[in-house]
Amino acid sequence: MSKPMTMTQKILAAHAGLPYVEAGQLIEADLDLVLGNDITSPVAIREMDKMKNKDVFDKDKIALVMDHFIPNKDIKSAENCKCVREFACAHEITNYFDVGQMGIEHALLPEKGLTVAGDAIIGADSHTCTYGALGAFSTGVGSTDMAAGMATGKAWFKVPSAIRFNITGKPAKWISGKDVILHIIGMIGVDGALYRSMEFTGDGIKHLTMDDRFTIANMAIEAGGKNGIFPVDSLTEEYLKEHSSRPYKIYKADDDAMYDEEYTIDLSKLKPTVSFPHLPENTKTVDEINETIKIDQAVIGSCTNGRLDDLRIAADILKDRKVAQGVRCIIIPATQAIYLKAMEEGLLKIFIESGAVVSTPTCGPCLGGYMGILAAGERCISTTNRNFVGRMGHVDSEVYLASPAVAAESAVKGYICAPQ
Amino acid sequence: MNAKGTAYKYGDNVDTDVIIPARYLAIQDKEELAEHCMEDIDSEFVKKIKKGDIMVAGRNFGCGSSREHAPLVIKVSGISCVIAETFARIFYRNAINIGLPIIECKEASQRIDDKDEVEIDFDSGMIYNKTKNEEYKGQPFPEFMQGIIKAEGLVNYINEKA
Repeated sequence: MSKPMTMTQKILAAHAGLPYVEAGQLIEADLDLVLGNDITSPVAIREMDKMKNKDVFDKDKIALVMDHFIPNKDIKSAENCKCVREFACAHEITNYFDVGQMGIEHALLPEKGLTVAGDAIIGADSHTCTYGALGAFSTGVGSTDMAAGMATGKAWFKVPSAIRFNITGKPAKWISGKDVILHIIGMIGVDGALYRSMEFTGDGIKHLTMDDRFTIANMAIEAGGKNGIFPVDSLTEEYLKEHSSRPYKIYKADDDAMYDEEYTIDLSKLKPTVSFPHLPENTKTVDEINETIKIDQAVIGSCTNGRLDDLRIAADILKDRKVAQGVRCIIIPATQAIYLKAMEEGLLKIFIESGAVVSTPTCGPCLGGYMGILAAGERCISTTNRNFVGRMGHVDSEVYLASPAVAAESAVKGYICAPQ
Repeated sequence: MNAKGTAYKYGDNVDTDVIIPARYLAIQDKEELAEHCMEDIDSEFVKKIKKGDIMVAGRNFGCGSSREHAPLVIKVSGISCVIAETFARIFYRNAINIGLPIIECKEASQRIDDKDEVEIDFDSGMIYNKTKNEEYKGQPFPEFMQGIIKAEGLVNYINEKA
């Protein structure tokens, strides 16, 4: 008799060569992809130098994406990229992405077809959980785990239990994946899914675009989750076939799988949602805000919301309108392909005519790197993922998290608001 | 193995951006990096910490970014152990992988006050509060993780197995 497993547990069992795993079990799993960026890879490379076996396990199964501080923001970040570039060259890493080919890692890898359903993926970046949108198990780790993964092709995991989110209904206009995940984080808190999987199910999922799903899975970490994962449907398969030639495998949770908790999210009831400083769980719907919150900056981009859908929504709102005086609106397409498509569709023209600036792909301001740092007392509405103290600049600045629709409308009005 | 020192207390959800702000992440020298440890929530941290001191926090310590620089700067700044009610999972892995001792203990997290003198016995998981004359039982590590800790980190552990 087979015992029931969640979707995450099934993928982990398959990668550990076991017929069955249960929550709490320690396993060693084979990895399909190991990821690092320009901040975390140099640390991993130094750790690999200390290993007896300095070879990589598979040069095709490592992705090194220069995205946080590049094009290099200063000499130190240039040195870091140089370190990774030399490593990639020495080990003939197939998937090394530098200026010209790079994009923000979690937008880039699915687009390049490097992450597919059924994969087990680790990345030295906390938002590695993004690929759960494709029905993969993927989770963030640190640099030493990345080094061990690059050397051995394996990682140890404690098999997680899960929370099930049953998605129903159809969202209203201007409601996107960002509102869904901010609503969930507001409901369960920043440690509400600590050590656990967030498994999304339900017939409302068909109303969520792939870009919505990437945004939702991306912020599972903001609820403390080990991973966020979506079932594979026809939309997922269409995406996979368009972007990847790799075979994929569909795993389904057993009907009688055990969940620690279950929640139902009715998409039709969701309203535009904003996370107030300084934690993603401090959410309010825009109609609950009863004060005028003036902004100095609006950022539309990042691994959370820098995809084509996000830019199209922003352009819909900014078309033939102007960014409010005194507001800096910074728009960052997440990859070169998205940038190009935005150009072909005329979105960039709309942005520039509205008074926004458009940047080359970079994580930049999201983590207070560069390209939009805040001064003391300044306030930013941002489609990024974290609003911690000092995240985008000065320790006395403030970040409010929201969807591209809310960020764009706020940029036009000069205060936090949603499109009507 | 033991740790002994003055406790410094922090709240819930201490994130890795305040432990080491991203504006310093291009720095590769760990001593230079550690000069900025905790500066966005405690500008006095670096000045007041003596080698061996203990950090005590609430829930979800180390949430946010996966930067391994966070446990590293805490270790390099002289902290001998972090006690928290819970740790964010990536921070938990990273701390073990680089050899920073951490213990989950709700009671210790709640009872220990700033500047209490604390002693920890890692083998038994016992935490002694010398100032309040109390003791708390911490969560011991699973055997598998003890192997990594004994090897003083994941890289040594892998080298030993190779």
